[in-house]
Amino acid sequence: METWVIVVSSFAYLGLLFAIAYYADACADAGRSIIASPYVYSLSLAVYATAWTFYGSVGRAAENGVGFLPIYIGPTLMIALWWVVMRKILRISKLNRITSLADFIASRYGKSALLGGVVTVIAVVGILPYISLQLKAISTSFSVLLQYPDIVMPAELGRPPLIKDTGLWVALILAAFTILFGTRHLDAAEHHEGMVAAIAFESVVKLVAFVALGAWVTWGLYDGFGDIFARIAADPDLRPMLAPFGGVGGDYSSWFWLTALSMFAILFLPRQFQVTVIENKDEDHLRKAIWLFPLYMLAINIFVLPVAFGGLLHFRGATVEADTFVLTLPMAREQEVLALTVFLGGLSAATGMVIVETIALSTMVCNDLVMPVLLRLHFLRLNEWRDLARVLLAIRRGAIVLIVLLGYLYFRLAGEAYALVSIGLISFAAVAQFAPAALGGIFWKRGTRLGALCGLAAGFLVWGYTLLLPAFARSGWLPSGFLESGPLGLEALKPLALFGVAGLDPITHAMMWSMLANIGAYVGLSLAASPGVDEHRQAALFVDVFRAEGAAGGAHLWRGTASAPELYGLLARFLGHDAAEEAFRAYAARKGLEWPGSLAADAELVHHVEVQLAGAIGASSARVMVASVAKEEALTLSELRGLLDEASQIVAYSVRLEQKSRELEAATAELRAANERLKELDRLKDDFVATVTHELRTPLTSIRAFSQILYDNPNVEPAQRAKFLAIITKETDRLTRLINQVLDLARIDAGKADWRPSLVDVRSLVADALAGMGSVFEERGITVRMHPVDRLPSVRADKDRITQVVVNLLSNAAKFCRPQQGRVDVSLAADGEFLRVDVRDNGPGVDARDRDAIFDRFGQASGGFAAGQGSGLGLHISRRIVEHFGGRIWVSAPAGEGSCFSFTLPQVTG
Amino acid sequence: MGEFDVRAQRLAALCLLGFVLFGYPLLAVFNVPVMLFGIPVLYVYFFVAWGALIGLFALVIERGG
Repeated sequence: METWVIVVSSFAYLGLLFAIAYYADACADAGRSIIASPYVYSLSLAVYATAWTFYGSVGRAAENGVGFLPIYIGPTLMIALWWVVMRKILRISKLNRITSLADFIASRYGKSALLGGVVTVIAVVGILPYISLQLKAISTSFSVLLQYPDIVMPAELGRPPLIKDTGLWVALILAAFTILFGTRHLDAAEHHEGMVAAIAFESVVKLVAFVALGAWVTWGLYDGFGDIFARIAADPDLRPMLAPFGGVGGDYSSWFWLTALSMFAILFLPRQFQVTVIENKDEDHLRKAIWLFPLYMLAINIFVLPVAFGGLLHFRGATVEADTFVLTLPMAREQEVLALTVFLGGLSAATGMVIVETIALSTMVCNDLVMPVLLRLHFLRLNEWRDLARVLLAIRRGAIVLIVLLGYLYFRLAGEAYALVSIGLISFAAVAQFAPAALGGIFWKRGTRLGALCGLAAGFLVWGYTLLLPAFARSGWLPSGFLESGPLGLEALKPLALFGVAGLDPITHAMMWSMLANIGAYVGLSLAASPGVDEHRQAALFVDVFRAEGAAGGAHLWRGTASAPELYGLLARFLGHDAAEEAFRAYAARKGLEWPGSLAADAELVHHVEVQLAGAIGASSARVMVASVAKEEALTLSELRGLLDEASQIVAYSVRLEQKSRELEAATAELRAANERLKELDRLKDDFVATVTHELRTPLTSIRAFSQILYDNPNVEPAQRAKFLAIITKETDRLTRLINQVLDLARIDAGKADWRPSLVDVRSLVADALAGMGSVFEERGITVRMHPVDRLPSVRADKDRITQVVVNLLSNAAKFCRPQQGRVDVSLAADGEFLRVDVRDNGPGVDARDRDAIFDRFGQASGGFAAGQGSGLGLHISRRIVEHFGGRIWVSAPAGEGSCFSFTLPQVTG
Repeated sequence: MGEFDVRAQRLAALCLLGFVLFGYPLLAVFNVPVMLFGIPVLYVYFFVAWGALIGLFALVIERGG
């Protein structure tokens, strides 16, 4: 393969990264983020898989079979706890505008600049070897690929001269990338959309490259998984690989410690903290990431064993390092394209790690190391400078270049001493030291600054002594006698067998002792001395983040005086006038006030400014800066406790109050509804009584009048007398009917009506009713027609009651028909599952407004049509009857004239 | 959603399950040179248990509540 092909494709790949990052940043500037998705978030978490995964896993698998797995199983187990741990860290970080892990820990323990500095130093010292590991992987894979199709090990090739070392050039390009997309502007929200988009893309590339290679080895080079393992089983040297524990794979305790180590790494590696916490756009993205990210790790690991074993079988007897199998296998078979793809996959794994790690570390170095020192150098008069944003950005850019170059330097000086995996594990052990202070900090209020500081320092020192110094000794920087017989010949202090504890692998040994020192100092010293005011406040804000949130995130715990223009000036110096203006406007809008104008510099505004500032320069520096313009009154510890208790009590009270008032509201609404109903019923009752009385009075009056006439004039002619008596009889009938109806309705209302359901033949029922009323129709000159259908379903109802309904409808029709030319049409039909009866007349019709009302009690009264012609109860009773049997009654206006009363009854099924 | 809601408890239980699945003594049970479908039983166990665990995560997080 020509050199230029490799060089051009590498640069093309890096160019593509620049393009993606540029595009994502442009989208973000235009207000439409392309990374605000749980899938991009999950992919960006996969920055966890570095060149160490890509090349090193195979190396480790070739050595001991299972050793690469705990590095991925640990995070899988940890992720299950993310719903508790990470959700809390995310919430805290968003509320406090945390900018890095150092900021997080420093902020928790009273915004201590010293603690932030210690965390930063540990992170930089611990991670530098890891960065150099990535650069080494790039440099090595490049020189191996350069020999294509010969397979020459990097050790035999010797080191390329500085100017020809790809590692250096890639390091410089990565520094440029990080500066471009990591320090574009100083932003209180610290999102680097371009970078995250590029990282997510890299995660796809490395996965595809590795899986492609794995599939080729498994099915191209060999005949499936079974074939590879069968060959291993047949080989007496490799056979132990099939059940590695207790032999080549180490014992179960080192397996356990590796798992624990990786659990901490996924939380506290600076790059993981960066992508998981700082770059997180939405807490809800965690939900998908909790299963998608482990799935990614599973996918990228499936082919590790086949590749490792395939390599072992293929290069049997040749001196090929297992760390290079991924690249050398396709080279050995002259698979040009695949080899180049794998090389690019490795490049993507390494570059992703370097980019994110450098951003995270440079933020820490700037905010928690350099800024606190500069702020304390009073002769610089930093708080009088106009444009501090540029100073900050310059510091970060400098830190990025420095970190990348230091990483490269470490690789040039010491990188050859180890296989890839050992370096990575040393870094893992360093970041695991953050676990007690950080996890203790979010769940244990009593943890103090002193405890955290001493715990971190103790753990770090033990780590340095048991892992870093031996690493230096092996690189030849220290005499190796120091390893074998201890410093100054003190056997008990041998770095790899401290106090005579021998027989453990170096990582297990170092983890055990450093965790003992770290947790011991943290817990012991935290309990030994009381926390100060600042620590106490921050502890409450962190541990109770899910509870105290309503209490304004800590503003109530500040007392002092400040001036709004001074606060504005401070913010503007760091963020620029536009961002400061924006921050103040947003705050004023939230409070319903005007800026500039009525905004008072109260505790809440001071807090708001401090949080905004913390997003740019870190919590401890922000505190110092705000203190320089605001006069804070020192709270005593007991005052603070009082405030905290008060706040939590107030929150509890207000929650209870809210609940009570909600209950009260609900009860009031119910009562109001019941009252309305009662009033309505009362009104109906009054109406009813009034109407009934009125209806009773009309016939009574005429009966009374005619009886009086007959009584006063005994000599009335017989014909006249007969006429009067007929009227009296008729009116009495009407009276009786009315009283019967009222009683009937009362019975129905009271549920005491006597229903006698049976199968009813509606057609004969209607025919009987028509026959019974024939004289009435005849009298008024009304033509009646019945339109039956042949087959009618039967219904189940009370025959007498239905007759009552039909007669009521027919007599209404008779009453309202046009005199002399009246026509009534009765039709019966099956309507779906119902039987329907229509009674149509050619009278004046019912006004649309009254169509519902006429079925109410004395409904006719409201419409006033044909008042006095009926009791006003007939239709209401009809409706009650029809509804009792599951039917419906209504009136419609047919085309032409008149009205059509219809009712339905459900058919008997079966 | 409280800090320790049902979902959080279920996931924590799955974490413990993971420690059991990928710890002593269960690993020792599968640490034998026996082949299953032509693949060493230990490796089959690793990937099947791992995948199942992830499946359970998805189940709890996407459906539980």
